[in-house]
Amino acid sequence: MSGGAVLATSVEQQEPRRGPDLPRAVGTSRATPYLLLSPGMLWLAVFFVVPTLMLLVTSLYTGSLDQGYTFEFPGHWATYSNALTEYWPQFLRSFLFAGLATVFCLVLAYPLAYFIALRSGAWKSTLLVLVIAPFFTSFLIRTLAWKTILADDGAVVRTLNSLHITDLLTWLHLTEADRILNTPLAVVLGLTYNFLPFMVLPIYASLDRMDGRLVEAAQDLYASSWAALRKVTWPLSLPGVVAGTLLTFIPAAGDYINAELLGTAKVSMIGNVIQDQFFVVTDYPTASALSFVLMLAIISMVFFYVRRAGTEELV
Amino acid sequence: MDSTTGGADLRLLALTKRFGDFVAVDDLTLTIPSGSFFALLGPSGCGKTTTLRMVAGLEEPTAGTIVIGDQDVTWTKPYKRPVNTVFQSYALFPHLDVFENVAFGLRRRGTKGVDASVEAMLELTELGGLGRRKPAQLSGGQQQRVALARALINEPKVLLLDEPLGALDLKLRRQMQLELKRIQTEVGLTFVHVTHDQEEAMTMADTIAVMNAGRVEQLGSPADLYENPSTTFVANFLGQSNFFDGSITERSGGNAIVSIEGNRVGVLDSRVHSSGSRVHVGVRPEKLRIQFAADAVMGEDTNRLEGTVVSSSFIGVSTEYRVGMPWGQQVSVFAQNTRRDERLVRGAEVVISWAPDHAFALDAAQDVGAGVGGAHAAERPESAGP
Repeated sequence: MSGGAVLATSVEQQEPRRGPDLPRAVGTSRATPYLLLSPGMLWLAVFFVVPTLMLLVTSLYTGSLDQGYTFEFPGHWATYSNALTEYWPQFLRSFLFAGLATVFCLVLAYPLAYFIALRSGAWKSTLLVLVIAPFFTSFLIRTLAWKTILADDGAVVRTLNSLHITDLLTWLHLTEADRILNTPLAVVLGLTYNFLPFMVLPIYASLDRMDGRLVEAAQDLYASSWAALRKVTWPLSLPGVVAGTLLTFIPAAGDYINAELLGTAKVSMIGNVIQDQFFVVTDYPTASALSFVLMLAIISMVFFYVRRAGTEELV
Repeated sequence: MDSTTGGADLRLLALTKRFGDFVAVDDLTLTIPSGSFFALLGPSGCGKTTTLRMVAGLEEPTAGTIVIGDQDVTWTKPYKRPVNTVFQSYALFPHLDVFENVAFGLRRRGTKGVDASVEAMLELTELGGLGRRKPAQLSGGQQQRVALARALINEPKVLLLDEPLGALDLKLRRQMQLELKRIQTEVGLTFVHVTHDQEEAMTMADTIAVMNAGRVEQLGSPADLYENPSTTFVANFLGQSNFFDGSITERSGGNAIVSIEGNRVGVLDSRVHSSGSRVHVGVRPEKLRIQFAADAVMGEDTNRLEGTVVSSSFIGVSTEYRVGMPWGQQVSVFAQNTRRDERLVRGAEVVISWAPDHAFALDAAQDVGAGVGGAHAAERPESAGP
């Protein structure tokens, strides 16, 4: 019984520390939280708010690089309508490619994350390292490697040709003329490959955290393995799925490396247009306007997506 | 499911489960009659939870057969067995509200009239009005009831309870014990309850199987097991005992006469669980009567030993005396505080006595310490420091 008594006193001693009404420590004031926040707020102001405003202002400039840009109130809003009229297909294509890559990532990542989290046993750490391993090489180098892998005379294309899979892909308008490189498929594959770890890791984290006994409870309550997956495992992994899809879709929608290296000008994405406008055409207002629209479009899409997925209700 | 007949017999035949070299459940054969409240009692690691998981289908037996009613379910998938479980940690679905948690099993089986059944079950388990809460918004006791409702609503032939009250505090546990017993009587299902808490098992169960190292040590009603244990493990696991070493000198007229350090005491033949003559005579501390030696009256207590009070501690409802025997052993005596004898202080010469039908004799080859504090050690592992 003495053990219980000792335990009781130690709990009592901890109580004040857990209490909600913490006495304020000596020498602190109401300003302390704001002081602690200030470095972060300063960072955000300098590196996010100011650049965003500069981007907005730049998008409303008139003139050219040679003659100099000027801002006249209320700004040259026509740049927006012109840019959208001219480049809406690239916008659509970006969202389509990013959406496809996100779906492919999800389809590949979910079983992989499931296996690593729940079935890999002693291999868990090794498999996780393997998922992250590609990051040890540069994004550019890895994408360039795919150029070689998917090259017209490469083993992959030759095998797919002999199996007539390229015929099928061409029929689906995913590829052209028995080749994969420089087709929409190559771009989507590149995006899928590059962003896969961003999908695997959050889903893995969700599944790993899940209480395995819940699946047993579901099976005990007449759920087959499939029903348990659908009704218990999947809903409980939704926070990971939502995080993963955001981490994949957002960067993929703005990406231009994959379209640049694995696609052609015919299938360029909005990132390629912005890059072109900034560095080749040097039409800063158009480039800024496109960047701004892309940002707003992604923010609103994410907003509606998160609202619909209702992650705040999940544990 | 025919709810009219309630539960079904659960039969385990030579059930065995090995994990590598470790034998968790060793050739277990048990029949649990329909409609009974059956407890598997034992310390942690005795195989009781493994047995339960095999019945639920969450663990595959290495050998043996599990029969429910007249259906062999040994290799049936868990979701096809007429069995439901109340899990130790409740394992409530955190993403579903109370109503959907309770409705889960009915929905999986596509039962009609889910709403009405769930509402009725929530009433039975006193959860009315909490249907739209999430499990995280409930107290421990309420979560426990949801876990029970979620299993009961399916009208299983056998309901398995895996330490269902382990996470509750003492007061709530007492209350839930009575409530579980009430619900079991009301629905008439076969309940199989796994616990390491002997009080819980004795309060609720009709029949208890005391398990140790994968085997059933003894099976019987709570009173049987407590009054007439057949091994030192069972005797100690269910409560405190004083053990005297002795040897049987003669057996006659349904009695065995045991000599303890030269003192002759009688034990009923039906309470002698030893083939040899060397025995441990066990007497529970509350069965012993303690009297001041000078004016002791024996009455029905024909067995008597003399000793000296070593210490007395006032507990409230009773007083515990430690009495030193001439051969050095100390005996524990619980005396009800009805009429305290003020003379029973340290050093007082006393007589302790008991009736022959209050003692039991166990094989002397057994360890008198087996199962001591097993329940309490398992209950409070944090107090078992180095």
